[in-house]
Amino acid sequence: MPERSTSPGLSPRQVLIILAALAAVSITAFMVIGAKGSWGFVLPFRGTKVWGIAMVGGAIAVATVLFQTITANRILTPGIMGYDALFRLVRTVQIFFLGGLSYATFNAQLQFALETVLMVGLSTLLFRWLFNRAARDLYLLVLVGIVFGVLFRSLAGLMQRLINPNDYAVLQDVMFAGFNTIDKSLLMVSTLAILGTGVWVWRLLPALDVLNLGRDNAINLGVAYRSVVSQVLIIIAILVSVSTALVGPVTFFGLLVSNLAYMLIRSHKHALILPAAVLLAIIALIGGQVILERVFGFDSALAIIIELVGGVVFIAMLLKGNRK
Amino acid sequence: MIRTQAVSRAYGDTLVVDNVTLDIPACGVTSIIGPNGAGKSTLLSMVSRLLDMSAGSVTVDGLDVTSTPSDVLARRLSILRQDNHISARITVRDLIGFGRYPHSKGRLTVEDRSHIDKAIDYLDLGALSDRFLDELSGGQRQRAFVAMVLAQDTDYVLLDEPLNNLDMKHAMGMMKLMRQAASELGKTVVLVLHDINFASWYSDYIVAMKGGKVAAQGPAPEMIRPDVLSEIYEMDIKVHEIGGQLISVYYG
Repeated sequence: MPERSTSPGLSPRQVLIILAALAAVSITAFMVIGAKGSWGFVLPFRGTKVWGIAMVGGAIAVATVLFQTITANRILTPGIMGYDALFRLVRTVQIFFLGGLSYATFNAQLQFALETVLMVGLSTLLFRWLFNRAARDLYLLVLVGIVFGVLFRSLAGLMQRLINPNDYAVLQDVMFAGFNTIDKSLLMVSTLAILGTGVWVWRLLPALDVLNLGRDNAINLGVAYRSVVSQVLIIIAILVSVSTALVGPVTFFGLLVSNLAYMLIRSHKHALILPAAVLLAIIALIGGQVILERVFGFDSALAIIIELVGGVVFIAMLLKGNRK
Repeated sequence: MIRTQAVSRAYGDTLVVDNVTLDIPACGVTSIIGPNGAGKSTLLSMVSRLLDMSAGSVTVDGLDVTSTPSDVLARRLSILRQDNHISARITVRDLIGFGRYPHSKGRLTVEDRSHIDKAIDYLDLGALSDRFLDELSGGQRQRAFVAMVLAQDTDYVLLDEPLNNLDMKHAMGMMKLMRQAASELGKTVVLVLHDINFASWYSDYIVAMKGGKVAAQGPAPEMIRPDVLSEIYEMDIKVHEIGGQLISVYYG
């Protein structure tokens, strides 16, 4: 990780250039190191993997930064609001009612599209309702989100106990994916979804910067607060659906890259923070994969290590916040 | 003119603002005074669309604040509340630049920059303009936020306890600035104030609130009277004339 960039001498643009270079190095290393046999096979094979990891990392990074902006809190992640719990519940319900076999043979893209639509629909409904109730208190919203997260997890847990062992095996297979088992049939759809939200976020950039000032100041400056926050919540729902569908839930990874991005960029501008967070995510996932797989010869332990580091950072931030 | 029509705000069964009908005259400084919990800040929040009303309506120059698009209102009315916690790292100059958002939506023009520079000068922030907000004292930060609101350049400026955290010099500077904005630029300034002597010295019009209702209102000299003030604050307040100004004494 490029700690040296924290020195005040580097402008955000220079930091971005360094990060982009590091990301390029990571990707190249991942593609060529230890390649045996024909390039015609190795490059497309690894390329798909890089592509998938980059998409997922970017989606998690952007979702986390956006979530932290609208909650004005840098230790929250969409995972805390029960977004991925909702996604798991949606999957469990499908297997519960359809059965494992028809689930497994269902058209993957169609299913993914349905799940995403369902996720966006449900979370929008939930947050609309909450926003009208809790009107102005985002902390109440987050708290309710946590409670709903527990509810979703418990409901999914209950159904998982009720289904037959064969269905459960199918379920386990789709629930505990890792960065090594990215579902390639979903990559194209996911890419389209992520690029779409990218354009959407691009158009919201100026308003997002203003949201940094808090709800009252944002309204004072003429941002249609309720509309912008609803849009951001929908974007987060899409990004979390996509990343969870591709690799499964990750809790602390977003926290890690978003806070590193704030630290390195030292600016409030989302036009700088978001690219930095995406690049950091790519460096952490692909660079980390290279080091683990090719240098140390481990398999698939990256997600665990990242979660461990992220968890430690989370605790450190809590303690630091306590001291202030 | 700001006109509130039977405005109420309830939390559960408690009416915090109770059926307030009020005209705040255009051009001039109006201070809202009153004891804690009188509903002053709540009323200001509803006038500035930060808080939904339970009942009633508010118009600013005839524009209904609940139905007028937020960005249209943002070019006409600005509001600064007391607590402004920000977790992002923002420099003073960038913060003040946000005041131009209603006009230029994030792309600063030459005109925007001149407004920003003027606001920095007015609030004596030149030496601090490249510092980050979290490196400033409470009073310095307060001045930076007021500068943002000034850069917004609206006809109506609403400030909720703007003198919080300010030392005497900067408190006086702030009030002089508001006075000047009203007299020279024709702006309408509405302030929630706790220091009745600041209210007496610098405002044209005073609205006193108590228990969610308007207890008394009128031109400043008519309001700064022992009987009126003692009634509102439920304590013995004497008023002396010093150098042609009415000064209240309530210590001891």
